[in-house]
This record gives sequence, C-alpha cells and structure tokens, in this order.
Amino acid sequence: MPPESLRCKECKTDYPLDARYVCERCFGPLEVAYGSREGIDPATIKRRIQAGPHSIWRYADFLPTSGQGYALPAGWTPLIKADRLARELGLDEVWVKNDAANPTHSFKDRVVSIAIARAQELGFTTIACASTGNLANAVAAHAAAAGLDSYVFIPADLEEQKILATGVYGTNLVCVNGNYDDVNRLCTELSGEHDWAFVNINMRPYYAEGSKTLAFEIAEQLSWELPDRIVAPIASGSLFTKIARGFGEWIELGLLSGELPRFNGAQAAGCSPVAQAFAAGRDFCQPVKPETIAKSLAIGNPADGPYALELARRTGGSIDSVTDDEIREGIRLLARTTGIFTETAGGVTTAVLRKLAERGEIDRSERVVAVITGEGLKTLECARGTFEAWEIEPTATSFEQALAKSVVAA
Amino acid sequence: MAVSVKIPTQLRPATGGEAVVEVDGSSVGEVLDSLYERYGELRSRIAEDGGLRRFVNVYVGGEDIRFLSGLQTPVNDGDEVTILPAVAGG
Repeated sequence: MPPESLRCKECKTDYPLDARYVCERCFGPLEVAYGSREGIDPATIKRRIQAGPHSIWRYADFLPTSGQGYALPAGWTPLIKADRLARELGLDEVWVKNDAANPTHSFKDRVVSIAIARAQELGFTTIACASTGNLANAVAAHAAAAGLDSYVFIPADLEEQKILATGVYGTNLVCVNGNYDDVNRLCTELSGEHDWAFVNINMRPYYAEGSKTLAFEIAEQLSWELPDRIVAPIASGSLFTKIARGFGEWIELGLLSGELPRFNGAQAAGCSPVAQAFAAGRDFCQPVKPETIAKSLAIGNPADGPYALELARRTGGSIDSVTDDEIREGIRLLARTTGIFTETAGGVTTAVLRKLAERGEIDRSERVVAVITGEGLKTLECARGTFEAWEIEPTATSFEQALAKSVVAA
Repeated sequence: MAVSVKIPTQLRPATGGEAVVEVDGSSVGEVLDSLYERYGELRSRIAEDGGLRRFVNVYVGGEDIRFLSGLQTPVNDGDEVTILPAVAGG
C-alpha cells in the first residue's frame, strides 16, 4: 500500500508526493493517498506489524515513508489501565495513552519523525517549524539526530522549560514577538521564500500522518480491539482527526471490526474556537485570540477545525472546553489517580473527561481512552501553589510535631 | 489608495510570477476586486459566493481580517495586504 499521491481533501485533485500542502485549484488541504488495499490479507499485515520494531515504524505499511534515515525512534508508548481514575469518575474502564513517554516527551515525536524522514528522501538539508513548544523540542532533537540544520520559530512568551529543552539541541531558535498564530503566519510566508522543509507547513501532509500511529498503538495494545470513546485535545485539530483516520484504515482493511469510537475533543476555554463552533452548530471556526495556560493548545486559527467538527458530530461525540482552574485540577486528578504528571494539554483532556462523566454522557460500561499528549515537567509553573510542603528542623521531634498538626488539620 | 498585496507562491502562476502586486482600493474587498480585474484566474482560485474560500486567510498589516471588519476592512495608502493558505500549522 505505497503512498500514491497527495490528494486535496476538498476537490480531490491529485498532486505528486513532493513538498506541498495546498491545492492550487481550491486552496484546500492535501492529504497522502495510498494505493488500493483491496485483496490484501489482514493476517499477513498483522504478522508484519507484530514482527516490527517497538516504535511507530512497525506501522510503515500505513505511513508515507519507511523512516530509514536516522535513529531516534518515537512511539510505542504505554497504554495504562487507569482503574483509580475510572472509579473516581464513576466509570468501569478508562485507559490512559501516555504519550509523554516519547523521546522529547510529547506526541510531536511521532509527526516530526515522519516529516523529517520524508524531508530526507526529498533531499532537504534544513528543517523548520512554527511551534507552540512541544513541536519545537521535537524538531530540534530529531534534526540533531538526523544531522540536519534547523530553524525553530516560537512565540517569545513560551514556558521557560520548553525554550530550554529546545535550545539545548543546538537549533536556530527564533523567538517571535507575537502569539502562535502570528508565528504560523510568518512561517507560512517564509516557507514560500526558503527551500526548507517546514514540518507543519510544506511537509504537513506527511507530518500529520504520524498521528495515525496513536490509533494503531491503542488498538494493538487493546488486543486488536477498538475503544468505544476517545477523548483527545484539539489545537489545530490534526491529531484529533488523524486518530480517526488511523482507526478507519484498520477497520477498512479488516484488522479491526466495529465502528469508529465516539470522538470527544478537548479545548481550553481561553482558546476554544472549535468548541465554540460545535456549541453554535457551525461548520467553520471563527478565529480567537488565545488567553490560556494551555499554551500547547493555543491556536486561535485551527487549520483542521472544520474536519474536527465534522468528526465529533459524525461519531456522536462533542467538543468541550474547560477553564484554567479546571485544567490545573485535571493535572492533579490524573497525577493523584494514575501517577502520570501531564502538562496543561493533558490537564485539558482529563478535565474534559471528568466533565463528560459528570454530565452522564459516558455509559458506565464504555471503554474510554484518554490521549495524554505531553509531559508535566514542561509546564511546571502550573503545579506551583497547588499543594503545601512541610518545613521542619532536622529533628525527630520537629517531624512528630508537624505530623501531629497535619493529623489535627485533616 | 495604492496598496501592496503579497501573493503566496501557490497563486503566483496566476499573477505571472509576481510576488507583490500594487493595486488600488479603499477596502480589502475593493483591493481584491482590483486584483481579480488584473488577474482573472485569481478569482476562481480564492473567491467563492462573493466572499473568500474557507481555506484562504487575508491579513492587513499582519492582522487577520476576521478580527477587523472582514472584506469591509478599510485600507490606507501604503498598507500591506497578505493572502495566505489557511491549512498550515498545528
């Protein structure tokens, strides 16, 4: 099932498999189209997957590149059965896909792996991106592993952890005085003038395919079964829609039986153009100026917004938003029930999961998977002030006094 | 009002390769109309039902016109209007 063309999602015009992302006829987004899978034996594919490496490359049959260029393998992250979280939410079966367990601690390692592998095949020597932080980490690291030059553009007010964890790889780090949408506009302009592989602009059709591997892993880790519901964050909407595409491809091939899960999207109230459009019954997003602690989701002008809306409606899901306080509580809820410390985006996802459970929208017997996309150490500020530590003298008496006080307080 | 319009690479075949085009108009809508008059093919690429196709973004001085007054957004002499594909990023 080799990739066949880049095809416009709107008007279906085909283009060669080079570095392009926009249909020249209607300006619609291009997506990788594969050759026919008719007559392919699912058992053969399944064996090939199971014999593959413990990384996204075990799914090479479903990707636009085989990724032989360099070694910094992404994916094959844990899917954890979160029984204590489930109990607290009044549900029977909740799983957490912990994508913080990637080389640069977010799902962006998946998409960047595909974009850079394809960029190498196309002969590029410089990689670039517009990032809200996690992508910056991943592009800088993977470009270093591949021995390529890189330019990483970020909003100047990003979390310090994300800036430090990008610069360390020796990239050209460009801090832009503006928000992510300004950075994205700038990079879209620059991508026309420089012969660089911008992973989420001119390489976007390949890059986006990387998120399908989340669906593949979830299904394989559930013993080749589908979940009933996916709760995942929405920034541009690419991850959200590509998880569905991944499940869809495997259903079509016969590797999975059943229907697409319900898709619930999660946004921060301070940047919720897709949730607002969902609530208003619109099929397009009105852009917003982001104002939220969930900076990795702070895209006010989401490229795949219309497709995310369509997916949530088609599968009987929804798109919800949560406040900054709910996000902090979401981070704490996940941490104290699963031992997983997630960044703000994971707080958004967990808080929306809680909201859905409290609204009674999730049937108790459903198998729910929450997609946790990044690591808590990247947004440490959000943990500050959410707990108190004891301060004591280095004596047993001092400790016993503090302990007695805490028992009384409790 | 003379305004310069930046043309994205994907549309340059329709402008004979021009990356920046000077046109007249007092609003974004008028500027685009002047542009379509000069390069007829551009209209079919980016315009739809009297507005813009949904995957086209237009900026005045770097600000998305949806935060301003859309196609009615006024433009002044020397302003820079930028047309870009909307499907980037994320």
